[in-house]
Amino acid sequence: MSFLSLTDADREAMLAAIGVSSIAELFRDIPADVRYAGPLDVLPALSEAELTRHMEELAAKNVVDEVTFLGAGVYDHYVSAVVDSVLQRGEFLTAYTPYQPEMSQGVLQAIFEYQTVICELTGMDVSNASGYDGQTVAADACFVARAATGRSKIVVTEATNPQVRETLVTYARGFGMEVVVVPHEGGVTDPARVREAAEDAAIVIFQQPNFFGCLEAAPDLAAAAKDAGALACAHVDLISLGVLEAPGNYGCDLAIGEGQSAGNYVSYGGPHYGFLAASSEHIRRLPGRIVGQTVDQTGKRGFVLTLQTREQHIRREKATSNITTNQTLLALAGLVHLSLLGPQGLRETGEACMALAGYAKEQLAARGIEPLFPEQTTFKEFAVKLGRDARDAVRSARATGLNPGLPLGRVYPGYDDALLIAVTEKRTVADIDRLVEVLAA
Amino acid sequence: MSGAADRPLTTDESDAMPLIFEKSRAGRRGLAIPNPGLPVPAVPAHLARKSAPRLPELAEPEVVRHFTKLSTRNFGIDSGFYPLGSCTMKYNPRVNERLVGLPGFRDIHPLAEDESVQGALELEWNLQEILRAVTGLDAVSLQPAAGSQGELTGLLVMKAYFESKGEGAQRRKIVIPDTAHGTNPASVAMTGFELTPVKTDARGNIDIEDLRGKVDENTAGLMLTNPSTLGLFDENISEIREIFRAVGALMYYDGANLNAVVGISRPGDMGFDVVHINLHKTFSQPHGGGGPGGGPIAVRDILEPFLPAPTVVRDGEAFRLEHDRPQSIGRVRGYSGPFGVFVRSYAFMRAWGPALREMSEVAVLNANYMRVRLQGAYDLPYDRLCMHEFVLSARNLKKEYGITATDVAKRLMDFGYHPPTVYFPLVVPEALMIEPTESEAKETLDAFCDVMLEIAREAADDPEVLKTAPHFRPVTRLDEVRAAKEPIVRFGFGS
Repeated sequence: MSFLSLTDADREAMLAAIGVSSIAELFRDIPADVRYAGPLDVLPALSEAELTRHMEELAAKNVVDEVTFLGAGVYDHYVSAVVDSVLQRGEFLTAYTPYQPEMSQGVLQAIFEYQTVICELTGMDVSNASGYDGQTVAADACFVARAATGRSKIVVTEATNPQVRETLVTYARGFGMEVVVVPHEGGVTDPARVREAAEDAAIVIFQQPNFFGCLEAAPDLAAAAKDAGALACAHVDLISLGVLEAPGNYGCDLAIGEGQSAGNYVSYGGPHYGFLAASSEHIRRLPGRIVGQTVDQTGKRGFVLTLQTREQHIRREKATSNITTNQTLLALAGLVHLSLLGPQGLRETGEACMALAGYAKEQLAARGIEPLFPEQTTFKEFAVKLGRDARDAVRSARATGLNPGLPLGRVYPGYDDALLIAVTEKRTVADIDRLVEVLAA
Repeated sequence: MSGAADRPLTTDESDAMPLIFEKSRAGRRGLAIPNPGLPVPAVPAHLARKSAPRLPELAEPEVVRHFTKLSTRNFGIDSGFYPLGSCTMKYNPRVNERLVGLPGFRDIHPLAEDESVQGALELEWNLQEILRAVTGLDAVSLQPAAGSQGELTGLLVMKAYFESKGEGAQRRKIVIPDTAHGTNPASVAMTGFELTPVKTDARGNIDIEDLRGKVDENTAGLMLTNPSTLGLFDENISEIREIFRAVGALMYYDGANLNAVVGISRPGDMGFDVVHINLHKTFSQPHGGGGPGGGPIAVRDILEPFLPAPTVVRDGEAFRLEHDRPQSIGRVRGYSGPFGVFVRSYAFMRAWGPALREMSEVAVLNANYMRVRLQGAYDLPYDRLCMHEFVLSARNLKKEYGITATDVAKRLMDFGYHPPTVYFPLVVPEALMIEPTESEAKETLDAFCDVMLEIAREAADDPEVLKTAPHFRPVTRLDEVRAAKEPIVRFGFGS
């Protein structure tokens, strides 16, 4: 086995030093009735060359050679080679949680920089070191809100990613909280209905831009939550925050989201990173790791994991969450990506997406394929009415090597003829012209 | 050239390293964005960004240098020995990084129709089959993102099971030994159960008498790490199983220490009904400086209906995600799980095949060898054969010379080692928890043990050198109290 260094002679010498006669004897504390006698019933071992061939065969069974407009929460944005290269540094890749700061200043400083970038983008005061994904950070936000308000109702808009809502329902059962959904009207949410639902609520969660790609009246939704004494929580797309206002600047207490669009590949859904940022009053209620700045004995700046008395390894059942391992490497990818973009690149990315999506919307309308919610302003994603079953349309489009988007009926019953189309800066005018031809055919 | 040779090569190691924001200059950029040459639709004024976020502005070469420099101030398993107990810091095969980057894995969308991701689903299904074989259980959910989320998922599955039997209100208590990871009680609190702590006996097993008095018809189950965080296999596991079976309660296996027993003892055979597997520990997903991880759970057949949706199923030669699971607890995260983690762990499993048993054997051999070399110089509170890790105590050094586990840990850095886990488990004062894994050569183990013995001698002869360690890192000991008292958790941009 090429991952093992011990020779037979090593093993004999070590067994002798321990004072046992065989490897089997090392396991004598395991009662006979729970020992496993048989050979492990798993697939046979492969050499590196065989393994590579096997994995290439599996990968070849997945379709990737198509132009895609599929988004719905996970987006095909460009990832720079610099991101790949930094993530392959063994000192980052093969380290663990920086419990020993003098040994881990690299990743601690990177997390501090990540926290700063997330705060800048969201307009919030504090960020944790990352959560699992854009779904679970919503549940984390509810746990913060329950502690902050003493209330147990979660209000979430129907136009929030269905997977986020489903995850909330699962977690809420454990938290002893209830989930109330506010329906959308014409693709966006009415702040008055949010105000009504938010009575006695701990938190109001809405997505901006929402799952349909539409821009919500986010400041009014936040105000409705606050008016009812609930925390206002926006679920946002980092890539949008060069052109769209930061949640902290319109009164949100919490800002969360899926970080994938900034620096991570789509990768069949993970691993990605969730981000969670808050106003400073919630700092001691935040889940997960937080890195803080301090000084060493000579007064030199350094970084440590801080506020650890919130965490499970100290507080145990009174902790603010059970999180230990989070998504540091993916968050690092996000930091590298956003550092390359800078404010100008982020804005240009958002504008390129909007321009291309606007063009697609226009060209489709010119061929009789109208937006599902014609009144609304959209960002990089929008829904259209096809006038036929969207699943069929996707099937025939994919036969031509183009994936036109998500049949909305898969997640919103009643919208069987609607298609959700995402346009990133990687698409071209020619790609969109093809999309239009395929859908209008 | 004059003088250059006299200076250390890494002068900046002794200076504070600038933050990327401090290197920023207005107008620089590191990535050009394609300009489609189309008009940009307007954003309504009240929704538009008013002031630009202060992201760093650097050209690409400086971004690469910044992160490369940061990496040199970090330490991974690639850098050297990393015996961080309970974390299973083993070698991460390089081929896995190449495989996870195959476009057929990297570029597939999680909402793509099942027929266009058959390879991904086949990989997930194969992974489930291996996890079933390793755990001795019937069904698997790959969804949980990490061990602690596996715990939360498993507890919700147990809750749903009791609710389906009409015992939801009655079964409130989860029994957890005092040696448990903090995640266990935290997960109990997050899932609305009540915690019942149980003591550890003089041999490091669960105290059976204490346990008997605490398990009754209100008990939902046990959460146990076996081998425990002391690195000891609970010799009374069969008796424990009978105590929980007798009252109709379930048993949850925290798989954090599975690296000790793969192919040697299966949690299902020990009597456990739910198991989480830390793919980033036993199955070599790189730890990434604190994630990503993977925390699939395996369950006994009676619990299968409650697993999160979707699950991966096989119909003849085809694979699909099954969403329609009426008794499921629902979704615990996005999509079917952290797929890139599955690619790496599956590749790792296929590289070993049935020899995964040898992986555990060598991990246990390495740990026991280090244990016998170090006991004597350090206290060994539980003097037994250990499994894949063992816990020493520096209390002898503290009593005689005022040297703590922290001092030992910091001094190890001077010799180029990552320290063991310290001050855990809580039942051992001045704990030093050492886990070598199977990856290490005997020479590495010997060299580390020599240093540990040298440090014990230094405690007597030159305690000051320990108390002031580390001496050769970019920073000396950091003021953690100050960090927590007045938290600075983001750059202030000079304000």
